[in-house]
Amino acid sequence: MATSTSVPARAGTGAPAQRRPASSRGPLRVLGRHPVGMLFAAPYVVFILAVFAYPLGLAVWMSFHDFFFSAPGVAVERPFVGLDNYVAVLTDPDVQRSFRNIAVFLVINVPLTVALSLVLATALNGAIRFRSFFRVAYYVPYVTASVAVVAVWLYLFSTGGLVNQVLGGAAPDPSWLVNKGLAMPVIAVFVTWKQLGFFILLYLAALQNVPKEVYESASVDGAGRLRTFWSITVPSVRPATTLVVILSTITGANLFTEPYLLTGGGGPDGASASPVLVMYQRGIEQGNPDVAAAIGVVLVVGVLLVSLVNRYVLERD
Amino acid sequence: MATPTTVAAGAGAPAVPPTATGGPRRRPSRTSWPRMLLLALGALLFLFPFYYMLVGSFTAEPDPSLAGLAPSPDELTVSNYSAIDGSIGLVRSLVNSGIFTGGVLLGTMVLGVLVGYALAQLEFRGRGAVFALMLLVQVVPFQLLTIPLYVLIVRDYGLADSYLGMILPFAINSTAVFVFRQYFLQLPRDLFDAARIDGAGELRVLWSIAVPLVRPALLTALLLTFIGPWNEFLWPFLVTKEQDMQPLAVSLANYITNLSARAANPFGAILAGACVLAAPAVVLFTVFQRHFVSNDVGSGVKG
Repeated sequence: MATSTSVPARAGTGAPAQRRPASSRGPLRVLGRHPVGMLFAAPYVVFILAVFAYPLGLAVWMSFHDFFFSAPGVAVERPFVGLDNYVAVLTDPDVQRSFRNIAVFLVINVPLTVALSLVLATALNGAIRFRSFFRVAYYVPYVTASVAVVAVWLYLFSTGGLVNQVLGGAAPDPSWLVNKGLAMPVIAVFVTWKQLGFFILLYLAALQNVPKEVYESASVDGAGRLRTFWSITVPSVRPATTLVVILSTITGANLFTEPYLLTGGGGPDGASASPVLVMYQRGIEQGNPDVAAAIGVVLVVGVLLVSLVNRYVLERD
Repeated sequence: MATPTTVAAGAGAPAVPPTATGGPRRRPSRTSWPRMLLLALGALLFLFPFYYMLVGSFTAEPDPSLAGLAPSPDELTVSNYSAIDGSIGLVRSLVNSGIFTGGVLLGTMVLGVLVGYALAQLEFRGRGAVFALMLLVQVVPFQLLTIPLYVLIVRDYGLADSYLGMILPFAINSTAVFVFRQYFLQLPRDLFDAARIDGAGELRVLWSIAVPLVRPALLTALLLTFIGPWNEFLWPFLVTKEQDMQPLAVSLANYITNLSARAANPFGAILAGACVLAAPAVVLFTVFQRHFVSNDVGSGVKG
């Protein structure tokens, strides 16, 4: 993706440079034809270094040291402890459970997201009545704050809530959000619902790049609706599917607000705690930022591995 | 994925064709009723919680049975809104949300447009490195940065309970920078060269020529950027401990976890707060829905 986007930029700069002789700017040529661009880019570069590069390095550094909160400006010793923090993280049953929870989340969320967003995007593609209305309906949850929509789900899925009222005797006991087996699936379904609009838009963009002739020839050959979907639509949007899988994996790895609010801090008994929630508890509530940083590193390495595997599996042929 | 071409389509006139009355090419209404049924069912599932949120926020006595779906008009009240306002101070929270979001938007628009324009239209030493940096930033997950940023901003710089501390990590949205660059790439270089020959400075070229040409596209980027800080919970939650400084998402969340147990109709008050938090985003995106097209979202995340 990086190469495909940078190509037009290079092609564009090549053309005007030929018109103007290189020698006309003298020694300033080393800075490029528009050195002012450096000035324009400077705030962004400073921002990236201060808010991303330095904290990123600090996170890795912290995870290898005995790091604790101290008053600002006070020199304290932070000895190197090697892999101690990682050992602490990997042997911590709460952390292990949070990673198992996120596995449950992903197994429900990712296939559901891919299937529903592709089907709805396909249905929405082309000339449809009320198209604008449907598009707005689908992305309203995505643009709304999680805290706001969590509130209504809390109400819907509470013990005496509407969902249980409708289900009557079929309502689960204990109820959805306080049930060890159901708390995480409810969160997975919530996040699927919340994010689906974004992925529908993503698939819509991909579908618009599929040549119409392919569909026309399929219909000439007498292919039915389902057959066309399986044989043409699904393979045509495969790169977008890879992206959807990776992005929904990242969303899952970032999970914090939903277990924190929907299940009252990752309950019952940690059954819906996410790694970021445990990171928050260890790092900020319990004052072990070194352990929390190690959780962060483990989580990111995990996301990278899952992404690589996804990419490999989905783009194999 | 053909990023430049999709953006080219997105930046022009609204990409939504006027199909409401049925275009001349197809007869959508007659042939696709299963499709309409599917879409309608989906829309119901997506919109129902919002309807329920609104109903719940205006009923004094919570009725979770099916009858509660359509309360009679004389049951409706605004008492939940005054209850949540009394607990968390809606106006103050909204002002905080507004300053937080406004700061992020200002930083992204001013500094992001500068770097986006430089990356697209200016040839300078290190441009490739800046571009690579921008792509790199998008793969660094924010959760890895949460703890070190907390250590730096809250502990070392003492920016807890300040707007600057809230805004800083989001001050320039890299996704928006990427979108800006895509828009500016489409403008022909000759246009700018002509202005430069006439003696215009680079800032003037940017402000008087480039920005007006991509104005509709900038609105899209603005909307995309708006969602982030308005909905953000974890970071402002870590930075603000004083209720006076908390954005609405944070104070409402604290109300849900701590205070609601003491209220007479806790769900009503929570839902009233949720409606206030949801309304600005929902209204903005409904009004500007033509500008929020699939192509832009697609290009925004392809970096």
